[in-house]
Amino acid sequence: MSGVLGTSVKRREDPELITGRGKYTDDLTLPGMLHAAIVRSPHGHAKIRSIDIAAASAAPGVVAVYTGKDVIASGVGGVVPTGWLLPNLKTPAHPILATEKVRHVGDGVAVVVGEGRYQARDAAELVEVDYEPLDATVDAKGATAEGQPQIHEEAPNNVAFDWDLGDKAAADSAFEGAAHTVAVDLRNSRIIPFAIEPRAALASYDEASGLTLRMTSQNPHLHRLLMSLASLNLPEHRIRVIAPEVGGGFGSKIHHYPDEAIASWCAMQCGRPVKWAATRSETNATDAHGRDHVTHAEMALDGDGKILGLRVETYAAMGAYLSTFAPCVPTYLHGTLLSGQYDMPAIHIRVIGSFTNTAPVDAVRGAGRPEATYLVERLMDLAAIESGLDPTEVRRRNFVPADAFPYQTQVALAYDSGNYEVALDKALANSGYADLRSQQAERLASGGKLLGIGVCAYIEACGIAPSAVVGSLGAQAGLYESAKVRVHPTGTVTVFSGSSAHGQGHETTFAQIVADRLGVPMENVAVVEGDTDEVQFGMGTYGSRSAAVGGSAIAKSLDKIIAKGAKLAAHVLEVADTDLEFHDNQWSVKGSPDKSVAWGDVCLQAYLAHNMPADVEPGLEETTFYDPANFTYPFGAHIALVEIDRETGEIELLRYVAVDDCGEQINPMIVEGQVHGGIAYGIGQALWEEAVYDEHGQLLTSTLLDYALPKAHNLPSFELDHTITPCPHNPLGVKGIGEAGTIAAPVTIVNAVVDALRPFGVKHLDMPLTPEKIWRAMKNGEDV
Amino acid sequence: MYPASFEYVRATSAQEAVDLLAQNADAKLLAGGHSLIPMMKLRLAQPAKLIDIGRIAEIRGICEKEGTLRIGSLTTHDTIANSELVRQKCSILAGAANKIGDPQVRNKGTIGGNIAHADPASDLPAVLVALGATVHMLGPNGPRSVAAGEFFTGLLETALEAGEILTEIEVPACCEDGSGCTYLKVEHPASGYAVCGAAAVVKMEDGSCVSASLCFNGITPTVFNAWPNGGPLVGGSADDATIAAAMAELSIDEPMGDIHASGEYRVALARAYGKRALIAARERSGG
Ligand SMILES: Cc1cc2nc3c(=O)[nH]c(=O)nc-3n(C[C@H](O)[C@H](O)[C@H](O)COP(=O)(O)OP(=O)(O)OC[C@H]3O[C@@H](n4cnc5c(N)ncnc54)[C@H](O)[C@@H]3O)c2cc1C
Repeated sequence: MSGVLGTSVKRREDPELITGRGKYTDDLTLPGMLHAAIVRSPHGHAKIRSIDIAAASAAPGVVAVYTGKDVIASGVGGVVPTGWLLPNLKTPAHPILATEKVRHVGDGVAVVVGEGRYQARDAAELVEVDYEPLDATVDAKGATAEGQPQIHEEAPNNVAFDWDLGDKAAADSAFEGAAHTVAVDLRNSRIIPFAIEPRAALASYDEASGLTLRMTSQNPHLHRLLMSLASLNLPEHRIRVIAPEVGGGFGSKIHHYPDEAIASWCAMQCGRPVKWAATRSETNATDAHGRDHVTHAEMALDGDGKILGLRVETYAAMGAYLSTFAPCVPTYLHGTLLSGQYDMPAIHIRVIGSFTNTAPVDAVRGAGRPEATYLVERLMDLAAIESGLDPTEVRRRNFVPADAFPYQTQVALAYDSGNYEVALDKALANSGYADLRSQQAERLASGGKLLGIGVCAYIEACGIAPSAVVGSLGAQAGLYESAKVRVHPTGTVTVFSGSSAHGQGHETTFAQIVADRLGVPMENVAVVEGDTDEVQFGMGTYGSRSAAVGGSAIAKSLDKIIAKGAKLAAHVLEVADTDLEFHDNQWSVKGSPDKSVAWGDVCLQAYLAHNMPADVEPGLEETTFYDPANFTYPFGAHIALVEIDRETGEIELLRYVAVDDCGEQINPMIVEGQVHGGIAYGIGQALWEEAVYDEHGQLLTSTLLDYALPKAHNLPSFELDHTITPCPHNPLGVKGIGEAGTIAAPVTIVNAVVDALRPFGVKHLDMPLTPEKIWRAMKNGEDV
Repeated sequence: MYPASFEYVRATSAQEAVDLLAQNADAKLLAGGHSLIPMMKLRLAQPAKLIDIGRIAEIRGICEKEGTLRIGSLTTHDTIANSELVRQKCSILAGAANKIGDPQVRNKGTIGGNIAHADPASDLPAVLVALGATVHMLGPNGPRSVAAGEFFTGLLETALEAGEILTEIEVPACCEDGSGCTYLKVEHPASGYAVCGAAAVVKMEDGSCVSASLCFNGITPTVFNAWPNGGPLVGGSADDATIAAAMAELSIDEPMGDIHASGEYRVALARAYGKRALIAARERSGG
C-alpha cells in the first residue's frame, strides 16, 4: 500500500484496548500463583534496628516472609545499579531490600508472599520493624549544605556528582560590559510520572526454562540485562522478560527498580509464580519522579537584544539512590539543550547532583529537556523586558537562521535541521498575536480580568542516540535499535522491533512503514515487540526514539529485503539485479515495466529454493541494528492565552496554540494525539502538579486527593498546526513527537501568567502556579 | 488500597438497620460507599461489620409536603441534581448536588452519607445550614430531629448518635417564597472537593432584605455560618456596595489550609465568593 505513509490510519491496537480485552500484567494469572506485598518504610530516613516477622509468618495464607538478609544469604547480587556514569560519580549500592537503613518513604524492607493478595497485604501489616528515625533532608540544594543529615557514607554533603559543560571563561567574559543582563532563580518542580497503570510484575521460575518475568516495561531487554547482571545473577539466556499491554510509562517504566527483582527472587525461592502489583500510592512513592531542580541562570545581551552568553548553576535532586539513567538526565539531557533555538556564542552550565530522602529522580516525559527549555525560555522573556522588545522579537533576533544548519552549539550538540522563524510566524498567525496584545491592553485599562500571553520557542534532542557518542558521555549501553523483518512464503510480513510500545501505536505506524515500502496491504503486516525471546535485542521506547531509531531500523531491513528480492527476481528475468527497480509491490526492469516479477512469486521462490542464484541463501528475512548518525531535533512555537481573576488569582486557560515540527509524519492523527497528551502533561506541571515532601521526608501527595493531575474539563481545545522540516540523516526523515508538548507547555503557561502579572512587577513565579501564589503576587505587587 | 477484612449484612428496612446497629457495636452503615470505602481502603476505617442500607426503599426519594421538600437519606446526588421538583423549588440544592465529584460519584453517593460523613470540604453541609434544613433520624429510642445548624458539630462529627440512622432531610421550598439562592464552589485541584463553597440564601421584600444567610464549606472544620443571627444585610437594600462592605469585614478564625490553599487564602476566597453568591442570590430573589 504505497502512499499509506503520512496518512491518519486508525490505530489497530485500539478496538481491543477500548473494549477492555487488552491484557495488562495485573490481568494475568498463572496456575499456583502467589501474591507479594512489600513492607515499606514509613520514614524518610531511619536506621533499621530489627525486623520481627514472626506474627506475619504465622498469619493465614502466608507462604513466606523475607527480609534483605535473606536476599543476601541467597547469594544473588541483590542490587539495582545505575546505568550511566559521570566522572567522580558516587554510586552507593541500592539493595532490593534495605537491611541497615531506609532512605526514603517507600524503601522496601521485607516482602510477604501469600496465597491471596489480601492475605499478603494483611500479613504485611504484621511485620514489625523497629526503626530509629533519623533527621531527613529533602531539598535538592539544601541537602548539600554543611551539617545536613548524611544519606550515604560514600557521598559527603550528599553530593553525587559535580559536573559542568561549556566554556566558563567565555561565558564569564560575555557578561563583562554586556548592555543587558538578566537573571532568574527558579525551581523546576518535582513531578510524579503517573502512568495510568501502576507498576506490576508476574514472575515464574523453573529449573528447565528459567525465569519468565511479565512486567510493566518500556524496555524488556534492558530489564533482562540488569536483572541478570546485578539483581539475580541468573544467566541472561535463562531469563525471558515480556511486556504485555503496558498502560503508559512516561519514563517510569524504563528504570530497573527493586520491586520487580523482589518478585522474581521470591518466585525463585518459592518455586511458584509470584505477582506483585503496586497500589496507586505505592507506585507514586516508589516510581522515579521527575525534574526537581533548583537553578540560578543568567543571560547577557548586547544593545540589540542579541544573546552574548548564558551561565547556569543547577542543583538536581537524585533522590535516595541513583536510578537507572538518573545521572544523565540533568546533565547530558539538560545542559546540552541550553542553546535553545538560538545562536548563543558562549554557554556554561554546572550541575550538582544531590542525594535526598525522597523517591529517586530519573527520566520522566521530556527528561532534562523540559527543564532546559524552561530556564532558557524564562530568560528570553526577561531579556525581552530588559531590552524593551516584544518577546517574539527578541527570540526572532536570536534564532539560528534557516541556512545555518547543521548548526554546532556551544554545548556539544549539532542541530540537524530547522526553520524556526517559519514555525513562530505560523503560531503568531494562528493565534492572532497582534490582536491578542491589543485585547490585553484594553483589558488592563478596563480593570477587568487580566489577560496574559505566553510564547515559547522550544528545541529538543530526541531519537536518542548515536551509541559512540552516548558511550563517551557515560552510558553503559548503546542506543541503537534493532528490527528484524520476516517475510513469510505467502508474502505476508512479521516485524520484530526492539522498540516497546506502551500507548504510542507502533502496531499501526510500524505497519504503515512496511506497507508503504513494500506495497503490501497493512493487514498483511504483524508487529511484534516487548518479548526478549521473540525479539532479537532492543533498547526500548523512550526519548521520542521509536520512529526515528526503531522505525529507521525497520526501513533499513525493508531495503535489504527489497535488495535480496531483486537478486531472486533478476535470476528469473535473467537480468542483472542492478537493472531492476521495485515499486507497486513488484520488481521490474528499469524502462520496461512489463518485464517484472511479482512480490508473491519472489517470496515463495525464496522459501521453495528450487531455483536460487548461486550466491544467495534461501529465506527472506533481514535484521538491522540501526545506530543513528545524530540525535534528531524537533522544534516548534507554542502560544497560550490566560485570564486571571484579580480578586482571587484564579487562572483560566483560554487558548493554547501549538506549531510543532517533528519532521515527516508517519501518521498525523497519532502525532496529534502525542501532542495533546504532551501539552496536557505540561500544563499539569505548570498549574497543578507537584510531588511535595515535608521536612521529615513524608510524601504529602501520594494519592489523587492531593496530587493534582490535569483534568479534561480544565483544558481548552488545543489549536494545533505543524511545519515539516525533514530529518536529513535518517531514512524516514522523522524526528519524534512524544515529548514536544511536555517540553513546551510548562514554560508557555508560566510565561503567559507572568506576562499577565507584569503590571504588578512580577518577574517570575515557580510552578505550580496555584491561584494562591498569584493572589499573593498581586497583593505584594500592589506596592510596586 | 486493600481494606482489612470485615463482615457484611444487608438491612431491608430502617428499623432493621437500627436493630442491627444495636447488635453490632463495631458496625458501620454502608450507603453509597463513596466516603466509607475509600477510608477503608486506606485502612483509616476498619469496621468489623458493614450494614448495607443501600436498598432500603423507604428512605429513598423526594416528595413535597406542606411547603417543604422531603428527601430520603438514601437519595443519590444525581437524583437530587436532576429532580424537577428540587430544581424548581430549591435550586441551590440541585445546583450543589450537581457540583459533587463526577457522574460516577453522583450516581452512587447519597445525601445521607454525605452529611453523616461530614467532610468539611463536602458541598451539601453549608447549603443545608443556609437553607435552615431539618435532619430526621431514627434510633433505638425512636425518631428524632435536629436543625441542620445543630447537626454539624465538628470535623467529621455530627449530632448523629451511635445506633442512629439518618432517614430524611427536610428543606424549605425557598424558591417559592421570594428567596434567591446560590451555591458557588472553588474546586480543589486534586480532589475536586470544595476549597471554598459559598451558599447564600437572600429574601427580599419591596427592595428590602428580609433575611440573608451565608454559609461556607471548606474553610473551617465544620460549616462556617457567617450570620447565625441575621447579619448586616437585613433591613437594608442589600446592594452591591453593602454586600462588598460586609464581605470585606468577614472574619473567620482558624481557617484550615493545605498545600494547595492556605487558611489565609481560603478566607480571601470566602470573601470573594461570599460576595458573588450573595449578589447572585439577591438578583434571583423575587424582590
Ligand atoms: C472521587 C470522589 C469525589 C468526591 N467529590 C465530592 C465532592 O466534590 N463534594 C462532595 O460533597 N462529596 C464528594 N465526594 C463524596 C461523596 O459525596 C460521597 O458519596 C458522600 O460523601 C458519602 O455518601 P455515601 O452514600 O457514598 O456514603 P458512605 O460512604 O456509604 O457512608 C459515609 C458515612 O456515612 C455513614 N452513613 C451513610 N448513610 C447513613 C445514614 N443513612 N445514616 C447514618 N449514617 C450513614 C456511613 O456509616 C459512613 O460513616 C466524593 C467522593 C469520591 C469518591
